[in-house]
Amino acid sequence: MNNASGGARIVARFKLSYSGFELDARLDLPGKKITILFGHSGSGKTTLLRCMAGLIRAPNGFMAVGPDLWQDEAQGIFLPVHRRPIGLVFQDANLFPHLSVLKNLRYGMRRAGAGDARDALGSIVSLLSLEPLLGRMPETLSGGERQRVAIARALLTRPRLLLLDEPLASLDFKRKLEILPYLERLRSELDIPIVYVTHSPDEVARLGDHLVIMEGGSPLASGALAEVLTRVDLPSAFLDEAGTVLDVKVGAHEGDGLTRLDFEGGAIHVARRKEAVGQTMRCRVHARDVSIALARHDDTSILNILPATVADIGEAGTPGHVLVLLILPAGAKLLARITSRSCRLLGLKRGLAVWAQVKAVAILG
Amino acid sequence: MFTAQDISALQLTLKLAATVTVLLIVTGTPIAWWLARTKSFWKGPVSACVSLPLVLPPTVLGFYMLLAMGPHGPIGKLTSSLGLGTLPFTFQGLVVASLFYSLPFVVQPIQNAFEAMGDRPLEAAASLRAGPWDAFFTVAVPLAKPGFVTGAILGFAHTVGEFGVVLMIGGNIPDKTRVVSVQIYDHVEAFEYAEAHRLAAAMVVFSFVVLLGLTATKKAKADE
Repeated sequence: MNNASGGARIVARFKLSYSGFELDARLDLPGKKITILFGHSGSGKTTLLRCMAGLIRAPNGFMAVGPDLWQDEAQGIFLPVHRRPIGLVFQDANLFPHLSVLKNLRYGMRRAGAGDARDALGSIVSLLSLEPLLGRMPETLSGGERQRVAIARALLTRPRLLLLDEPLASLDFKRKLEILPYLERLRSELDIPIVYVTHSPDEVARLGDHLVIMEGGSPLASGALAEVLTRVDLPSAFLDEAGTVLDVKVGAHEGDGLTRLDFEGGAIHVARRKEAVGQTMRCRVHARDVSIALARHDDTSILNILPATVADIGEAGTPGHVLVLLILPAGAKLLARITSRSCRLLGLKRGLAVWAQVKAVAILG
Repeated sequence: MFTAQDISALQLTLKLAATVTVLLIVTGTPIAWWLARTKSFWKGPVSACVSLPLVLPPTVLGFYMLLAMGPHGPIGKLTSSLGLGTLPFTFQGLVVASLFYSLPFVVQPIQNAFEAMGDRPLEAAASLRAGPWDAFFTVAVPLAKPGFVTGAILGFAHTVGEFGVVLMIGGNIPDKTRVVSVQIYDHVEAFEYAEAHRLAAAMVVFSFVVLLGLTATKKAKADE
């Protein structure tokens, strides 16, 4: 089996216009891990995903996954959806209402002619904890359960590319929390690329490895998650939700109820975690939770104070604010959102050494 | 209770209705599918043609069918050239005429069911490697089942009840084209009210049972 890993990339070029909407996207995406297509509604992210799946045929489209050409209108090539080795998960699961969960799972598995089907069924059923649901009909499932079945159903076709269209958007907060760990398991346990459409900054921070920001039908930025998140020239993308992610490792559990999380070139302290020392996890630091001081203050309740250098200053997209990009000693980046008045009064400029005061850190699991 | 002619008429009616229903499910399904999914300019005109029998007097439909099937009509020329003779005053002629007459009663419920289903189940099927035919038979047809049941029942019942078209096309030939509705008419013409009564009552009971069956399937669908 030809897994799209390593150097194999996903190349997608689509141009499409209909009734006041225009999609114009040229993307070269990594052939592994999770690529997020992020954007507000109407930004074209779902249309782009549907083009990639072949559900929409863009007139001059091009789509290749590694060595496999799925669409190249210049050569007259267009593989219809049912001939593409994709897994597709819809916003509302879209299970077949007339088939039981097990029959839904088998529908695609059988048609994809997966060889050692029984093993695959067993392992994917347990990956998504579906054992108790197999005999049920879709209408008796909760939204979260349906979405897990839909993910399993797509995986059982042994896709070479997994496409998820806002899989959590129709779920309430509790159900989202129920599904997210499964999505994280997909990233760590599958070696196929995943393209994931969402408008939720939380999902971006939690799941993304590569990030494409869509706006007005075109990609505004495309790159590694941490790079795109720390670009201060994209004020409209995240607004209040601007921030960075840090990949950390549990360093030590300290006596007074705190846990030290280490990252390259620094450490932060958070309330006691249950994870074992050595475990890696991802944290999110909102720009609004980072403030800047010119001198190190010991007379403050803020615990996490890190030396940093101002690397860039840009519009925050919210009135009266600027976004300041800070580089920590070993290269890790933080964003700070401060008022433009503070920026002026402190005389912040590129290259200035400052102290970043981090008020809150969200652990993403 | 029934005369031999009554029984013959009943058998002929059931045979006609069953034949027409089967043929209409086969021919009406592609029409319903096309109407439900096309964005073509022709959707409107085709839909109107399919629905014409709903509003036309059966005698008008029967008259034109008679002309079309006659020796100088397009259908008549075709059947003659195939060595089948002409269709008027034959059972086959009744079947052809009834196909047109009952078409909307079968097409519309199936079309509605396909439309209610939408594209999404088919998109899911395609993403799971089902080709168009595969998706049609394994997803679209099962999901549209209530539409098929309603269409079959309505098509059958409507064919049983036709009168005007039968008179124009089929005449009134015992054992060949004399269906129940015509037989009742003959009884009344001959002042055989008791005989007319039995057949008429049988039709009332039949219609009632059909409608009751329809409500039951709708209720079962709603309970699902």
